[in-house]
Amino acid sequence: MSEHVLLRHRDIPDINKLDVYQANDGFKIFNQVVTSMKPTEVTEIVKTSGLRGRGGAGFPTGLKWSFMDNDNWPHYFVANADESEPGTFKDREIMESNPFQFLEGLAISSYAIGANAAYIYLRGEFWQVAHFLDQKITELENANLLGDNIFGTDYSLRIYTHLGAGAYICGEETALLESMEGKRGQPRLRPPFPPSYGLFGKPTIVNNVETLTNVPAIIENGGQWYQDLGTEDTAGVKVFSLSGRVNKPGNYELPFGTTFRELIYENGGGIMDDRPIKAIMAAGASSAMIVADDKALDTPMDYASVRTLDADLGSASIIVMDDTVDIDWVINKTISFFKHESCGKCTPCREGNYWMHNLTERIHAGDASSDDVELLHNVASNIQGKCLCALGEFSIQAVLTGIERFPKDFETKVR
Amino acid sequence: MNKIAEKYTDEIQQVLAKYPPEQKRSAVMALLYMAQREGGFVSKEDLVDIGEILDMAPTEVVSLVGFYSLYHDEAAGKYRIQVCTDLSCALRGADQFLSDLCENIGIKVGETTDDGLVTIEEVKCLAACDKAPMFQVQSSEGIEYHELQDVDSTMTLIESWKEKEAK
Amino acid sequence: MAKEVTLTIDGQQVTVPAGTVVVDAAKKIGIDIPVFCYHPKMEPVGMCRMCLVEVGRPVYDRATGELVLEEDGSPKLQFWDNLETACTIPASEGMVVKGMTEKVQKGRKDILEFLLTSHPLDCPVCDKGGECPLQNITLEYGSSESRFDFDNKIHFDKKVPLGDLIYLDRERCIQCARCVRFQRDIVEDPVIQFYNRGRKTDIVTISEPGFDSYWSGNTTDICPVGALTTADFRFGARSWELNQSASICTHCAVGCNLTYNTRREAKSGGDFVIKRAMPRQNEAVNELWICDKGRFAHHFTDSADRLTQPLMRVDGELVPVGWDEALSLAAEKFQTAGKDLVTLVSGRLPNEDLYNLQQLTAGLKGSSSLYTQMAGGDLVAQMGATEENNLSTLTAEDAILVVGSDLEEEAPIWWLGVKQAAVKGTTLIVANPRPTKTDQHADFKIRYAYGEGAAAVESLGSGAGEAGEALAKAKNVMVFFGSEGTNLAASSALAEACGDLLTKTGHSSGLVGVWPRANTQGAWDMGFRPSTEINGAKSLYIVAADPAGDDPALAEAVKAADFVVVQELFLTETAKLADLVFPAQAQTEREGSFTSGMRRVQRFYMAVKAAGDSRPDFDITAQLGAKAGIDLKGLAPSLVMSEINAKIAGYADATYTKMAQVSEQWPIINRADLFYGGTSYENNAGLGVQLGSIKKSEVFKYTDGLELPDGDLIAVPITRLYDRGTMLSKSEVLGSHLPEPFVVLNPEDAQRVKTADGMTVSITLAEESYVAVVGTDETVPTGIVLVPRSVGMPISGPAKLEIHIAETTLA
Repeated sequence: MSEHVLLRHRDIPDINKLDVYQANDGFKIFNQVVTSMKPTEVTEIVKTSGLRGRGGAGFPTGLKWSFMDNDNWPHYFVANADESEPGTFKDREIMESNPFQFLEGLAISSYAIGANAAYIYLRGEFWQVAHFLDQKITELENANLLGDNIFGTDYSLRIYTHLGAGAYICGEETALLESMEGKRGQPRLRPPFPPSYGLFGKPTIVNNVETLTNVPAIIENGGQWYQDLGTEDTAGVKVFSLSGRVNKPGNYELPFGTTFRELIYENGGGIMDDRPIKAIMAAGASSAMIVADDKALDTPMDYASVRTLDADLGSASIIVMDDTVDIDWVINKTISFFKHESCGKCTPCREGNYWMHNLTERIHAGDASSDDVELLHNVASNIQGKCLCALGEFSIQAVLTGIERFPKDFETKVR
Repeated sequence: MNKIAEKYTDEIQQVLAKYPPEQKRSAVMALLYMAQREGGFVSKEDLVDIGEILDMAPTEVVSLVGFYSLYHDEAAGKYRIQVCTDLSCALRGADQFLSDLCENIGIKVGETTDDGLVTIEEVKCLAACDKAPMFQVQSSEGIEYHELQDVDSTMTLIESWKEKEAK
Repeated sequence: MAKEVTLTIDGQQVTVPAGTVVVDAAKKIGIDIPVFCYHPKMEPVGMCRMCLVEVGRPVYDRATGELVLEEDGSPKLQFWDNLETACTIPASEGMVVKGMTEKVQKGRKDILEFLLTSHPLDCPVCDKGGECPLQNITLEYGSSESRFDFDNKIHFDKKVPLGDLIYLDRERCIQCARCVRFQRDIVEDPVIQFYNRGRKTDIVTISEPGFDSYWSGNTTDICPVGALTTADFRFGARSWELNQSASICTHCAVGCNLTYNTRREAKSGGDFVIKRAMPRQNEAVNELWICDKGRFAHHFTDSADRLTQPLMRVDGELVPVGWDEALSLAAEKFQTAGKDLVTLVSGRLPNEDLYNLQQLTAGLKGSSSLYTQMAGGDLVAQMGATEENNLSTLTAEDAILVVGSDLEEEAPIWWLGVKQAAVKGTTLIVANPRPTKTDQHADFKIRYAYGEGAAAVESLGSGAGEAGEALAKAKNVMVFFGSEGTNLAASSALAEACGDLLTKTGHSSGLVGVWPRANTQGAWDMGFRPSTEINGAKSLYIVAADPAGDDPALAEAVKAADFVVVQELFLTETAKLADLVFPAQAQTEREGSFTSGMRRVQRFYMAVKAAGDSRPDFDITAQLGAKAGIDLKGLAPSLVMSEINAKIAGYADATYTKMAQVSEQWPIINRADLFYGGTSYENNAGLGVQLGSIKKSEVFKYTDGLELPDGDLIAVPITRLYDRGTMLSKSEVLGSHLPEPFVVLNPEDAQRVKTADGMTVSITLAEESYVAVVGTDETVPTGIVLVPRSVGMPISGPAKLEIHIAETTLA
């Protein structure tokens, strides 16, 4: 077995070619699943593995599949390749470099929920990736690994790519489904959740690309094997996207439980210009600001441990700030992002991010008073708990924690 | 006369084949990209044409152009250089890169060069945070990523477009 | 019946059907939870977040499924950290909702603060001021200070004409999407939508013309701010200056309940003028909605062209004359004419007027005619809609047939009712020679050739085919028959076929005529029968009809009569030929009643003072009667109605008292909580009286079809909502919506006769020539040309038509 579970292209050259992938047991598991396993058996193994959604929410994957409404057909599978969280760039590498493992994972997962059609929703910017995947899908169809009566069974599956067109909110699964239906990508009310009312009103599972890429290995090696890869709290391995002021930014596939210090200093080669580390955001722009002290650096990265820092691991998009970085500048960047990406559907997110942006701009420009900082904190608090979806709820994380945990950065800026 | 339907007959059929017959509307995203290939933006005629193909009111179609940032309602340069200046890229010099680039080309963000070739735009995260500074180029040929860029490499790219145009 | 659940809201218990959202449950016990995006007629979206409440749910033991109890024996409740939106939470058993806590009050205050960051401070000049949900809710929950930097206020255009009837103030919009959802989900006319996203979100339309919908005015009623206003009311008045007069729309057979808002104005010498028409709630008729024709066409009332005094022909000229002299002359001439008197009326007239006209004519031994090309009112009287079988009562066990009608054009609110029934599961069968919007929800679509409507209906009655089976199986059936492509004979055949169909499928009610006028059914009930046979009449008494304006042939007949009296609002083409012209009061200037196509008799009331020396039609007729020795009630319409109650079959219960009665309707709307239902008026003036069926005929006589004339192109009449009828053409605000003469044909035919979409051509129809604009439409059968009624090209039924291309056009 190679060193990586997900980023296998780093061990096996040319694994993005079908013959190479197949030579490395590619589509063997899909064959085994389709010809000899019941869909529920597949779901059970994924449940046992403890695999949780890699898009950020961390919902148990097998459990999600088990919610499918089996009285309503057809079923659809949608791979969420809308990767848009600032600091997150793992799915793109997987799709570009290890596409067949992702596609096999999607195929197995589709079988598990009885879907005969699966869509890959890619953010519009991934135009090249979509065209690349289209070629790979055609190769699979030509090899009879997708299409009608796969492996001589009566199971049929088609996979289609679907391009978005520039909207972060479409990473939210119900907004994604709206967008797939040719509508404005705005979140739906939940319940009902997609497993009962999803794409075209039919039961649907939406899973992240990385989540699905785990599936072939989990079925091959068993749920327990996967459990054992991570920590007691969080099973398996994760692709950590490391960016910001580090010497070697990039994707690193590591078991859950790896510490921030290992990731940043061993994998990431330490901080640029050897400056002191100041702050960490663990889940992209939607993160709380973590004070990068020794306690934080030695915290293992699994969901529960990162919670002890009053932060979330989310999609594990680790953005590193050194002492040259002002936190008021950081939150101005994140709020600028959320203001731009707020879909406008609910009041607190739409109006609140606009308001917060006015304030962060003013603070960063040095035109603000300390009252403005207090007001900013208060506005962020008032948004909290009132939004329609997670975008609004997470937009305030960096603001609240930035002001609370890095007060000096604000005190020095205000009149 | 439906220009889009005539021009992209086969391609539209391929896109429609992806979705259940009663869910034609799902194809609207793809059709808007088609409309944009020529001219770089979606015109009012395009909206009416697409609406006709997909049984949508043109106002419903235009609503999508406004919602999604990769659709444009106005003409701009043939090549839109869309520089990511979001947090991760900015931590690796993207803001400086953008302002240097603008200075070199001689236009501000949002402007188009006099020859109509290049428009510079500032965009949010493009999921290439480890390879900053970076930008994507949106043109009639689609969207292309250019990573680990500096002003020189970008100017060379622009030169190659100029040469292509000259031919 | 849905399961019922009991929940507690602010200490009060309420029992509602499971699935009812908390906002509605609260409303039932008089608790007003503030909302902006939620509307009781639309699916909840949870966007504005104004209706935040604390929700506690009883805890059940996972293992046993038993309710977990507190120490004091009360059920243990689980409250979440976050407030929840009361508009999206379905009520459940044992739920406890708290809307008065400090946390809730703060939550609502926060949401309001967010909304107000972008909202302009122009309440003093805003049309919505005084009836504005945002203003009212701010007064109740909002802060008196703004923490938002005024310099950061976002500025947008304040006068964006979405169309020529509706203006948008972009700054005021709070993005609740009520208008967008109304257009998309309720009337399925998605011609407005959001553009951009986030704080830049705004309302746009690119339809041609802008906001191209028959329903647009309703969006201004449900807009919770002053973002959408109507062109005719914009800066027209403050809401608190307005008086209210209950009325009934006079523009089609639906009988929508209206409230006219009036105000005294200097321009009318201190008299009341109508400032706007608003929907008045009647869930059995129009719910909370009206169409734009009903909303904007009242302006004919205050037209400067109204007749204000009697006119008499002296030396070939019409000159003013006193009422007494005019009435005496008319009485004398009518008495002389005796059986050669013909009284021609239209269904525009109220019941009381029609009754008097019928009595007068009968008393003088003359004959009466209803000016219409549609038949079947007698059958509708026998087997019409009932209390148990009307659009508001239909369920999934019932079925609807719509035949020969483009329902959204002819009776928009019925189209809506039919569509809503179909969405609820009522089987919908649509039979028409060409597709219409009604098809969109049809379970069965039947196409027949023009002229074959009766045959198509007959074959349904044979029980053959799925559609026929569905009708036979249905508990209740409603049949709407219209006048698409028919003449009077064909209409009669169609109506008889529909009556036969109902009978054969075992039903005795549900027949509805999609009449062209508000009170066509009343005219039938008062004894009028259709005929345009006015040739040979010595004396003509023409009331509320303009035959000479409609048809050159009829103009000749009018000219041929010895003596013509025209009783009208305007100096119509017919009036210009009259010997005497009586100025009649508009419906808005008096009381009376209409009988709708679904046989609901409804009262309307006086809204404004009469124009000049005009008098109500029933009174003019009574005075004429007095001069001719015929005793008719003229003092008040209620006196006439008492006679109608006594003498007209089926009308015994339709008393003014009963028509004025109201009962509680759902949703509950009133002036105190405009944020819930919008500015539609609560109905406190009467819901009307639904007539029952009267004796039933079992014999239906009709021929198979209508022989179409020979010819290369055959014109068939169709009805469009906007035409150039007497009242509409005087309502200036609708100006650009009133069509110039046009014809529509299949593009193949257009190509064949060398014309094209948008070309102006000369057409010959019934030996007359007209200039018309050509439209092409693939759904029009080949060989057929659609000719709209009442746009200046008289058409009483299928007729040969020729298209001539002017040489200059070709070149």
